[in-house]
Amino acid sequence: MDFTAVLAQIKPKLGCVADNLAAIEERIIKARDAGADLIVFPELALSGYFLKDLVPEVALRADSPEIQRLVELSQNISIAIGFVEETADYHFFNSALYLEDGAIRHLHRKVYLPTYGLFDEQRYLARGESFRAFDTKFGRIGMLICEDMWHLSASYILAMDGATTLICLSSSPARGIETDSLGSASAWQKLVSTTAMFLNCRVLYCNRVGFEDGVNFWGGSEYIAPSGESIVRGALLEDDFVTARVDEGALRRERIFSPMMRDENMFVTMQELGRITHERRQ
Amino acid sequence: MAGLIANTDLLRKLLVGFVKDEVRKVGVSKVVLGLSGGIDSALVAFIAAEALGPENVHAICMPYKTSNPESEAHARLVATACGINFSVVPITAMVDAYFNIFPDADNMRRGNKMARERMTILFDHSALLRALVLGTSNKTELLLGYGTLYGDMASALNPIGDIYKTQVWQLSRAMGVPKEVIEKQPSADLWAGQTDEEELGFSYRQVDELLYRMVDQRLTITELVAAGFEQEFIESIYSKIQNSHFKRRLPVIAKVSNRTIDRDFRYARDWGK
Repeated sequence: MDFTAVLAQIKPKLGCVADNLAAIEERIIKARDAGADLIVFPELALSGYFLKDLVPEVALRADSPEIQRLVELSQNISIAIGFVEETADYHFFNSALYLEDGAIRHLHRKVYLPTYGLFDEQRYLARGESFRAFDTKFGRIGMLICEDMWHLSASYILAMDGATTLICLSSSPARGIETDSLGSASAWQKLVSTTAMFLNCRVLYCNRVGFEDGVNFWGGSEYIAPSGESIVRGALLEDDFVTARVDEGALRRERIFSPMMRDENMFVTMQELGRITHERRQ
Repeated sequence: MAGLIANTDLLRKLLVGFVKDEVRKVGVSKVVLGLSGGIDSALVAFIAAEALGPENVHAICMPYKTSNPESEAHARLVATACGINFSVVPITAMVDAYFNIFPDADNMRRGNKMARERMTILFDHSALLRALVLGTSNKTELLLGYGTLYGDMASALNPIGDIYKTQVWQLSRAMGVPKEVIEKQPSADLWAGQTDEEELGFSYRQVDELLYRMVDQRLTITELVAAGFEQEFIESIYSKIQNSHFKRRLPVIAKVSNRTIDRDFRYARDWGK
């Protein structure tokens, strides 16, 4: 079906869950009142990004009042949002929830925690261990959190699991000032476009803005059609509320023109990965 | 040197955004900075004026009796050009009072004392004006350790600490810093006729090309030599970076507990902001 998605390009306050929740609620209500069907927030929207030792302080259980409030709000609009999840056995994950019709439809735990350069996630967070697509009113969706998308296998698995829409929640820092466009922005733009093209999937990419300790998050949230074409893109470096009209027909047409996913041979892939695994063990 | 050509539109947006965001989120609307008459502080003044409005930027020129009078004239020119508040607080009385006790002090001690005297004035005005102190050290100086610890290296926020001197020149041109300030020889102005490049023994353009490849691109010494840099130059710059590293870190704390500040007690400075 055709639907309207909002990419809420917000600026979370570091470590301030209550303030962030209030800002998030405001965006949800605004999107709902404007008739949107889905709203996507960035990675760690409820807490901010460079948390370090704040991780256990901002972590929420899935049954916490804050998450329950968002679940309630999803009765009228579907919501994808990032937060720090605390589990019953006290592990902390960089997680994303997909909420719809007043229920949690899916929880994704970030698998690839970058720990290089300016990133230090694996020091503070536990690693997720699965990529699963799930059914929604907008068809089958797969969720990725930022660095996950830089691993081809992650998007590939979701697409093979039947996802036709990939939602990527991001907190991508700005860097690279040497060329015509911001280095990290052009890298991401190539990535989301290529991923959409390879997998005949549309991509909803939501990146935050603001600064934390001198590090800028560049925004530029966008909706990419399954052809790889960027249909709408948010402002660079500024708050934004990006409205994307998602056309079901474009997905169907693209899958007719370029049926790569139909022709994809999972058995060859599995056989070769199996061989590689076997050879590595020797 | 393709890498050192900065996209000045983008850089301007990032640095102006940085000052706006990082100043306001601590609940303050003003900044104070030392304006020397040189290009680094001039650029920071222009960035701050654009970020916060010139009425919220206070520049202080702090000459010593041996400072070149042209420096104060240039500082005034910069303040007028970007419309910021400007005052002059001479440091001669304070510095001379101290060196009357140590008349044999050499140029380095005198220069460091002047830089630290200026720092105390800026931080005093920080309290007076409820304004954050902006730093004006660029990446070249910070890497080479060409600055005074707790003197000109002290600040609350530094907008230009990740851009090389070569890029400071580019952005200054793009932002309209007066050309007299851009074109003159860089100088710490601690004594008559002093220039940075003479004191360092190489030009900023020369060292920036090396630093960019060594630090940003992480080329090995062999690769740097192959790219045309002299081995001796590479090694001297490498040791300057190494030997000045203490200036870029907090004081070393002896660890005895389970949670030591900055080692296993880790929070962003923007904690709660």
